[in-house]
Amino acid sequence: MSAAAVRARLVEFARALRGRGIGVGTGETVDAAAAVEVLGLAERERLREALAATMLRGSGQRPVFDAVFDVYFPAAVGAAEGAASPADVTELREELVSALALGDEARLRALASAGVETLGAYGSFGAGGAGGAGEGAGRSMSGWSAYQALGQIRPDALLHKVLAAMNAGAEEGDPLGTVLSEREARARVGMFTEYVNAEARRRTAELRGRERIARYAVAPQDELVSFTSATREQLAQLRRTIQPLSRKLATRLAARRRKARRGEIDVRRTLRRSLATGGVPMRPAMRDRAPGRPDLLLLCDMSGSVAGFAQFTLLLTRALSDQFSRIRSFAFVGRTDEITHILAGDGGDPEGLAARILAEANVTVWGMSSDYGNSLGTFVEGWGDAVGPRTSVLILGDARTNGGDENVAALRRIAERAKHVFWLNPEQESLWGTGDSAAPRYGKVVPMFECRNVRQLSYVVSELLPG
Amino acid sequence: MADPLFTSVDDVARRLAEAGYLASTAVATTVFLADRLGKPLLVEGPAGVGKTELARALAAATGSGLVRLQCYEGIDESRALYEWNHAKQLLRITAAKGEAWEDTRDDVFAEEFLLPRPLLTAIRNPDPTVLLIDETDKADVEMEGLLLEVLGDFQVTVPELGTITAARRPFVVLTSNATRELSEALKRRCLFLHLDFPSAELERDIVALQVPGLDSTLAESLVRVVGALRELDLRKAPSIAESIDWARTLLALGADSLDEDTVRATLGVILKYQADHRKAVSELRLPAVLDAASP
Repeated sequence: MSAAAVRARLVEFARALRGRGIGVGTGETVDAAAAVEVLGLAERERLREALAATMLRGSGQRPVFDAVFDVYFPAAVGAAEGAASPADVTELREELVSALALGDEARLRALASAGVETLGAYGSFGAGGAGGAGEGAGRSMSGWSAYQALGQIRPDALLHKVLAAMNAGAEEGDPLGTVLSEREARARVGMFTEYVNAEARRRTAELRGRERIARYAVAPQDELVSFTSATREQLAQLRRTIQPLSRKLATRLAARRRKARRGEIDVRRTLRRSLATGGVPMRPAMRDRAPGRPDLLLLCDMSGSVAGFAQFTLLLTRALSDQFSRIRSFAFVGRTDEITHILAGDGGDPEGLAARILAEANVTVWGMSSDYGNSLGTFVEGWGDAVGPRTSVLILGDARTNGGDENVAALRRIAERAKHVFWLNPEQESLWGTGDSAAPRYGKVVPMFECRNVRQLSYVVSELLPG
Repeated sequence: MADPLFTSVDDVARRLAEAGYLASTAVATTVFLADRLGKPLLVEGPAGVGKTELARALAAATGSGLVRLQCYEGIDESRALYEWNHAKQLLRITAAKGEAWEDTRDDVFAEEFLLPRPLLTAIRNPDPTVLLIDETDKADVEMEGLLLEVLGDFQVTVPELGTITAARRPFVVLTSNATRELSEALKRRCLFLHLDFPSAELERDIVALQVPGLDSTLAESLVRVVGALRELDLRKAPSIAESIDWARTLLALGADSLDEDTVRATLGVILKYQADHRKAVSELRLPAVLDAASP
């Protein structure tokens, strides 16, 4: 590539990243170009690291970056040159077993591209090959499908064989080794799947243009995934992001002043300060206050309409109660019940947790639709004294009453008693107040924030809450 | 700008390895770029993956002095940049009874009474320096403003003395545990390096380098177990520091292979929470713990 072509490609690349929600400014692009100049284009992995170092500003952006990078700076053009690519599915699967058992990454990569090459092609161009006239119409309808390739290779079904191959060398009666092999084999199958996806993206990008593929085929950043539509893997990813965020949330809610303005005089620091004024203590220094402990109360909607959000809510709640002891959690559907003890003893996955809460806590009256009026009412009746002048209350729910009583008075009573109350709503703000949503009425009593994805949550935590 | 410290990416990797730090491609490339582009390096990652160690190895590899600024909540200019030695100034004024005020005044704000703190020390040092600003995320936001000024132009203005410009740009390494987001402005001035847990091969090499006496098959299974533990979504996943500790423990115990009982008995070295301990025992299907071999 000439220098000008490299620059043009970098600018395109930066634009694609921006399109995926990664803020890459002109300054970063200039830095990246400078880095490329210093480093050259000889080694692709180094180029990847160099661009990551100059263009990224957070580790959460890396997966998206990698996927877009593979599209814009492909390892090869056309079919990958795998050593002796296997002829058919059976042969490919056999080779895959040995590669998975050995954990040979290069071989896995080669097999992934061979798999996409032989099994993943769809549409009209396959037989005629690339090149030649009249393919313009065919192009839009053809490509390389990872789904189709994986459907035939079925790497998951190979797990048994892989395990057998891995344990062949080990002696009998090594349970720890077996457990480890099993975990490693699963991870490698996941890796192979990811390689196939990347390869299919790369091949299709050649056909359809990079920009289009970068926009549609690269999954969005985790922080932009909506809570209500997150898949199981995305939720697992979210958990990692939510962990540090929850800590920040709790400390902010326990807002305190860093410097005391009145109180006890700190003699040592006052005297040290007085040296600047010739020994006359003109500016007394006060003793620091002990840091406040978060006194937090969570009220979570667990109803069917916010099932996805409830998963997230539980993640957040669990993360919070992991880190702070003085947190009480309550769940509600038709009525409210305390779930602190259920969260405390649990280590399982959030899905099992949701089932346990519904089974063990008394939260439902008539099925899975939420009744905010009754829930707020039962909370105030049963646990009203849990809310004190130093308590922060966090309500998580969509404020859809299903036509029932809204009971704004109960919410007002909570708000009057607590230090502050915040409401996080998983619904788009433009939908608040439509249908059975009582969001505007509740929003008048307590501040309500839209909180559909991690980015919005971190915005709420860092910008809107006091602290 | 002074001569670059490294000639190529391979040179970085080789010299860091000589200093006892095995660098991945990401680390070597980013260090090389930071050196060539003259930009500070912001290293982010979980505790115990060798962020501070990288700075130390850099200093050793390039024969530079290491100046360390440890950040904490409430750190300010007088701790990070410079401070006037008030006591000494007062002494000087008291001693100069007969002198004219003009002379004393000029005299009191001279080099002699300046207490340089890490940032100023690093900037004034004519020899190659590695400036390590550790745990930047612990410092307050105001501190970042100060860092911007220093790291942007590598100069410091002391009102009484004038502007002090770096005789030789120090190699700056900032570390962060990502407990809070650093400001955009600061991040923009730095090259970003996310240090994560290393690949299995690299970790094996690191363990071999740090604990030379350990049997290689034992090291291999150790790395495998640690790798499996990291997949478990624990409260505190074991990092490189824990792997090395564990290797030392196994060496001290004279273990020759890593079976379930050894793992169970020494799990406390790598897992620091009771809940993590329980989870690891059940997920790795270790035999149930009867005695209290927990942390």
